[in-house]
Amino acid sequence: MKPVDWFTQVLEVAAALAAAPLFQGWVNQCRAWLQNRRAPPLLQTYRGLRKLFHKDAVIALHASPLFRAAPYVVFSAMLAAAAIIPSMGTRLPFSAAADAIALVGLFATARVFLSLAAMDIGTPFGTLGARREMMVGFLAEPALLMVVFVTALISATTSLPVMSERMATQSLALSPSLAFTAVAFTMVLLAENGRIPIDNPATHLELTMIHEAMLLEYSARHLALMEWSAALKLFNYACIGFALFIPWGPAMGGAGPFALSAAIPALALKLAAAGGALALIETLSAKLRVFRAPEFLATAFLFAVLGLLVHLLLGA
Amino acid sequence: MAATPFVLQLLNALAALLLLLSFAMLAQRRVVTLVNLFAMQGALLCAATLLLAWRTGEGNLYVSAALTFAVKVVALPRLLHRLIRRLGVYWDTEPLLNIPGTMLIGVLIVVFSFGLAQPISALASTATRSAVGIAVAVILLAFLTMITRRKAMSQVVGFLSMENGLFFGAMSATYGMPMIVELGVALDVLVAMLVLGVFFFQIREQFDSLDLEKLEERGGER
Amino acid sequence: MIATLASPLDAILALLGVWLVIGVAGLVRPMNLRIAGRSLFPLGALCGLAIAAIAAASLGLPVERIQLPIGLPDLPMHLRLDALSAVFLVLLGAAGAGISMFGAGYFRSGQGTPPGLLCFQYHVFLASMGVVLLADDAYGFMVAWETMALSSYFLVIAQHRLAEIRRAGFLYLMMAHVGALAILLCFGVLQGGSWLFTFDAMRAAHVSPLWAGAAFLLALVGFGAKGGLVPMHAWLPEAHPAAPSPVSALMSGVMLKMAVYGMIRVAFDLEGGLAWWWGLVPIGLGLFSAIYGIVFAAVQTDMKRLLAFSSIENVGILFTGLGLAMVFRGAAMPTLAALALLAVLYHALNHAFMKSLLFLGTGSVLHSTGERNLGRLGGLIHRMPWVAWLTLVGALAIAGLPPLNGFVSEWLLLQAFLYAHALPYPFVNMLLPLCVGVVALVAALAGYVMVKFFGVVFLGQPRERSLADAHDAGILERVGLAWLAFGCVALGLAPAPVVAALSHVGVQLGVGALPHNGAPWWMLVPFDTGQATYAPSIFAGALLAGILLATAMVRVFHHRRARRAPPWSCGFGALTGRMQDTAEGFGQPIRHLFTPFFAMRRSLPSPFDAAPRYQVDIGDRFWNALYAPLGPFIDRLAGGFAALQRGRISVYLLYALATLCVLLALVL
Repeated sequence: MKPVDWFTQVLEVAAALAAAPLFQGWVNQCRAWLQNRRAPPLLQTYRGLRKLFHKDAVIALHASPLFRAAPYVVFSAMLAAAAIIPSMGTRLPFSAAADAIALVGLFATARVFLSLAAMDIGTPFGTLGARREMMVGFLAEPALLMVVFVTALISATTSLPVMSERMATQSLALSPSLAFTAVAFTMVLLAENGRIPIDNPATHLELTMIHEAMLLEYSARHLALMEWSAALKLFNYACIGFALFIPWGPAMGGAGPFALSAAIPALALKLAAAGGALALIETLSAKLRVFRAPEFLATAFLFAVLGLLVHLLLGA
Repeated sequence: MAATPFVLQLLNALAALLLLLSFAMLAQRRVVTLVNLFAMQGALLCAATLLLAWRTGEGNLYVSAALTFAVKVVALPRLLHRLIRRLGVYWDTEPLLNIPGTMLIGVLIVVFSFGLAQPISALASTATRSAVGIAVAVILLAFLTMITRRKAMSQVVGFLSMENGLFFGAMSATYGMPMIVELGVALDVLVAMLVLGVFFFQIREQFDSLDLEKLEERGGER
Repeated sequence: MIATLASPLDAILALLGVWLVIGVAGLVRPMNLRIAGRSLFPLGALCGLAIAAIAAASLGLPVERIQLPIGLPDLPMHLRLDALSAVFLVLLGAAGAGISMFGAGYFRSGQGTPPGLLCFQYHVFLASMGVVLLADDAYGFMVAWETMALSSYFLVIAQHRLAEIRRAGFLYLMMAHVGALAILLCFGVLQGGSWLFTFDAMRAAHVSPLWAGAAFLLALVGFGAKGGLVPMHAWLPEAHPAAPSPVSALMSGVMLKMAVYGMIRVAFDLEGGLAWWWGLVPIGLGLFSAIYGIVFAAVQTDMKRLLAFSSIENVGILFTGLGLAMVFRGAAMPTLAALALLAVLYHALNHAFMKSLLFLGTGSVLHSTGERNLGRLGGLIHRMPWVAWLTLVGALAIAGLPPLNGFVSEWLLLQAFLYAHALPYPFVNMLLPLCVGVVALVAALAGYVMVKFFGVVFLGQPRERSLADAHDAGILERVGLAWLAFGCVALGLAPAPVVAALSHVGVQLGVGALPHNGAPWWMLVPFDTGQATYAPSIFAGALLAGILLATAMVRVFHHRRARRAPPWSCGFGALTGRMQDTAEGFGQPIRHLFTPFFAMRRSLPSPFDAAPRYQVDIGDRFWNALYAPLGPFIDRLAGGFAALQRGRISVYLLYALATLCVLLALVL
């Protein structure tokens, strides 16, 4: 590992930390534009975080240490995920510690801690949210794993940076199996990040919310960490999508600092486009009833399975 | 990985989309959408035929592409839409098997037909032979669509989709059937459609419904 | 140290003998809790640790055999220690040590079997499992196997005054015997006409493919019945909750692995000429058991039943991996076969630790609250922090979350599945990659179940007033729990040395080995570094560093003020423990999604009910379809035989006369 690789690694994590709220702000802004509302400033998410960090924390009387520890665990899991995903360069020293399957596991760990923390206070909303989150989770995880599996089959590896490199250099220009898998991945992204067909990030209507219901009892710095992790999660998912399906841009192999400096604008461009697309999808679709969520995610799973089958048959 | 020519990649992509549409038809509960999906399948088929014609330079294929377009994209869907409007059948009732179950069987059918098509595609000498499996899958999935529906209307669409699969299979295995056969089949399909249309009205007058369960109830009476 | 004095096999035999002696010592003063419970059980735990250590040390050594002049005059008992036995001995010793330690603090005098007798049964149970693992002939194996079944039966019915426990025990005994019968028949087929029942003779025997298949099916039925493979699972969710918790832990964590051991022994060692496609049978049954078990676990309201169903799931996964290894071996893909077998062995070890830990955790809860029903628990993390946090480790591990151990075996299995498309068989090479979806679904559902289990029992607010008196586990119990939790963490963080040790099994059985790739000890690399790597210690370190970083940042740059207030809950006000989501509520999405799995009876209250009650009964379709009709059938059969018994002396004399005539006619 050369020093530049370590530099890329640190830069990636730092960029994820810094840019994740920005990306969320960007999605919110696009959404507002598309819905003919006045958009909040781009930096509003940062202001929100800053405000929360400065407040005094209020913790429920009978909260256990688990409740206070969970934000840190979730946040740390998202940071670790950001360190694995090759968003700027593919020679990441840390990525050998975990492959794509471990990444799926990492997201599951974060989800379990989030749900456990939501159950800790024992309010009806918290447990309801935890239950729903776990339901969406257990449906989304197979679909996500199937996506990983198809891309792993195509690139003959489960190591995310190597996958990304091989995807970037493969000879096929048009791959239906990858296209199907990308659709599946997008659906999983929507579900896992509490986006519109499954959950509404803007709602605070008790009976329909999932993610927000779990955070109801959090305040101040804990809430800030949770919201920051949610932003990081969205950012991470977007970067996984880039690494698998739009792999061009990051510094490949042992490329030097120049490639890295080209990777940053490429990532920014991709994020801007992805944010716009996400806002468009959210604007165009309506929220599903909770019990339609399984159908939605089963469709995602089916897409991934079709991608697998088409790949096995056509080799494409 | 050996580089595949772009046209073939495109054909493969079309084949994959065809398969996707078959699954969409399997899952679709609205009859109107079902017909639209069928039209889209026809359009894809037409595009695939055109591409193949361009690549192989066989004039016959241009004619069959035109025929596909005229019959399956324009004529039949219009006919079906009119029937739907006149009969007032917009929704299929709850399918016989729930959707995830149907999808699961569908996936198994695809695996089965891919395995089945392996020897066929090994025999075929065409460049598109790997698509034979998809053609078989489309046929069997259309069959499944017919089995899991209650309304006669959706069954007819399933039947027509099956014909699409046959057509695609012939095309990818041997670059299309002889012209005369193709013409005959197209005519057959049209006539069958007309006959079925008349049939629908008869059924509805008799039973006040297009639900096939009514027919089953009458089965025992003679 | 002992290993240097004598050979490992001798040492292990001696230690198994010590277990028996400890058991007998318990009988001297059966009612004395201090001797039987507090001192003999820890001794047993030490003995288990020693067995585990010796077996682990013997892993690289050549196979060792011994003949003991026990049994019938001309039938000495053959014993053999190879890598496969050693791995399962490690499992038995290490998991058994934790359970014994816990058991030392757990057993109380009171109703049911006296502690000394329990101590005897418990240690006989342990020793018989050891002999099962060492046996090298069918006689010794069957004797040990039946001893294991009987001793565990008596342990299950420790509370024999309760009718339902007697019923559960009876069901268990019956299934155990049906299974044992199948295993016996399997050995009968495997000897292949030589009529020698040593395992060596079976290895050398040539059995026709048809008979080999029959033997394999018989083994699958026999070991499947012991392991709780669907549809032979009916006894498991009854017997495991009925037993005292350390016994449940031992049965679920260790005894089920004996079934896996037996299956590996038969399929990979004793049977040579088995066609590859027989492997599809355990894959199919295993996947179905896995999904069936976990779906049922998700809707349970009794915490021990929930864990029992989760055991069915894990056994399903074990059998799936086993079948996969068979398919790969048949297709002459030794590396992948070795990988799948490794996944099985690793998961067996993992499950021994995590499931024992969870069962013991429920034991502590049961002791301190007297409740098994999830609907009457809650908020115990405040009253029982030790138990809660240690159980949390087990729950996270069994949910397959990195960086704990459950994830490692899941990862290995998924890696094996990833290359199933390279199999040279049509259909199968497409179906098996699809099975990944099922494995993933099961793993994700396991997460759901564990959130339900842990969340409802330990988090939230107490659902009953009486829970306020709950007390934490005693010191001996804590040591047992901590040891098992430590095992979960260690197996999770250092998988590469474990994998290196386990791969002796694949080499010795001739299945195959993983390639040497010069990976460092902290990194798990099944093939080569470009394909897949997993370094959980680094991974965990990064997680920890992230946590510390976040904490430090928050503390340094901001403040750490916090005040306590009543929960907000959208301003809803007066909250009670009864308003939380229940175990039934948590099961509801699963009931909704997997309706066809359940035979459900639901009674909804009418809107005019003064005291409305919602009740849902979830039945097992297999019970209704397979087991329930069996009873009347056997009754009728027995009725037929009863017709012969007239109770009149002349009728019996008539039988004797008829028999005599027939025999005379035959002989003359």
